[in-house]
Amino acid sequence: MIKFIDQHPISATVILTGLWITLYAALQPLADAFISITGLTSGEHLTEALRFFVFEVPKVLLLLTLVVFVVGIVRTYFSPERTRKLLGGKSLFAGNVLASMLGIVTPFCSCSAIPLFIGFVEAGVPLGVTFSFLIAAPMINEIAVVLLFGLFGWQTAFLYMSTGLLIAITAGYVIGRLKVEHLVEDWVYQIHSNAAVMEEIVPSFRDRIQSGFGAVKDIVAKVWPYLLLGIGVGAGIHGYVPENFMAGLMGKSAWWSVPAAVLIGVPLYSNAAGIIPIVHALLEKGASLGTTLAFMMAVIGLSLPETIILRKVLKMPLIFIFVGVVAGGIIFVGYFFNFVY
Amino acid sequence: MKVQILGAGCAKCKTLEQKVRQLNDVHALNLEIEKVTDLQEIIKYRIMMTPGLVIDGVVKSAGSIPKDSQLLEWMKGSQK
Repeated sequence: MIKFIDQHPISATVILTGLWITLYAALQPLADAFISITGLTSGEHLTEALRFFVFEVPKVLLLLTLVVFVVGIVRTYFSPERTRKLLGGKSLFAGNVLASMLGIVTPFCSCSAIPLFIGFVEAGVPLGVTFSFLIAAPMINEIAVVLLFGLFGWQTAFLYMSTGLLIAITAGYVIGRLKVEHLVEDWVYQIHSNAAVMEEIVPSFRDRIQSGFGAVKDIVAKVWPYLLLGIGVGAGIHGYVPENFMAGLMGKSAWWSVPAAVLIGVPLYSNAAGIIPIVHALLEKGASLGTTLAFMMAVIGLSLPETIILRKVLKMPLIFIFVGVVAGGIIFVGYFFNFVY
Repeated sequence: MKVQILGAGCAKCKTLEQKVRQLNDVHALNLEIEKVTDLQEIIKYRIMMTPGLVIDGVVKSAGSIPKDSQLLEWMKGSQK
């Protein structure tokens, strides 16, 4: 199977797409068939929890596979080199908007944050625009969006994505306006490299498809245990923990819950998949949407390890400005949703 | 005659290093292999994603793990 994908990626895509559609259409009948085999009575709590589990797990896995595959292909069109070229010399605001959107589709790993930061600054991308990219890239990622879509519907996924973009644009714009270029470590400006820039090899369509399969292999293999746990938590606590257990702590009426969620979320470090079980449990038990979104963004978007890495290129005051501006944006989003919903 | 793997410790960087060392052994290429973890050194090669693969001072790839066949081709090219 893997060998076939490797040798005939395009035919494999066609066959697997057909298989994907068939499976997706058959999700509900399969789940129902499974329940009738177990002989459990419909309507009982355990039965419905199990039905939820055997339906949701394959559904979200299928969605995840599809989106990771497509994003894997799309990313081959957006290398950091190309993104940097697009952003060079862009004005504030327009640059911030573009950078935040490119942050979603450009491949990024927080372990590459420094070379990327330097590469951008060196090429004349304004500091504020660079920050928009650095904020959007980890926060808005395809895994978070797919899981939110699969578990809570498209509205939640859309809200997360659009407010994430808004924060990245605004925070980058504010940092740009503050004129803090002197707070970047001096050595960054002193790099005089004479190494030739790598000539980019343009991948063939076949290569791009293979990258898509590679992404599925990498990401889905890493994410599925969290997914099982997340959906398990959702199915498990349903009915067992009092419905409004979290409402007093993280409900709308607790005004301090949004900043508290952000304060707790920042030092926590998790990937998008790991946070979903917690988010699921919180929402299910009466935590408000704004507080939960704020918590999720703080965990994924502002991480302590990344901040420590960035300290190598940013002086301490700029680290505080960065964390402060982004945390401020997240808190605003939290209050906004608590107010609107 | 020298293969450098640039990377401060991401998972892909380790995979690439293993692959290169393995190919070197299996095909008895006898190339000098070096892992570069110092950030300032890495940046000199102007890559924006790790792992970077540098053969005889030339950046061959960045941010990805090239296919075995491609790696082997580059490494053999370096032998001559």
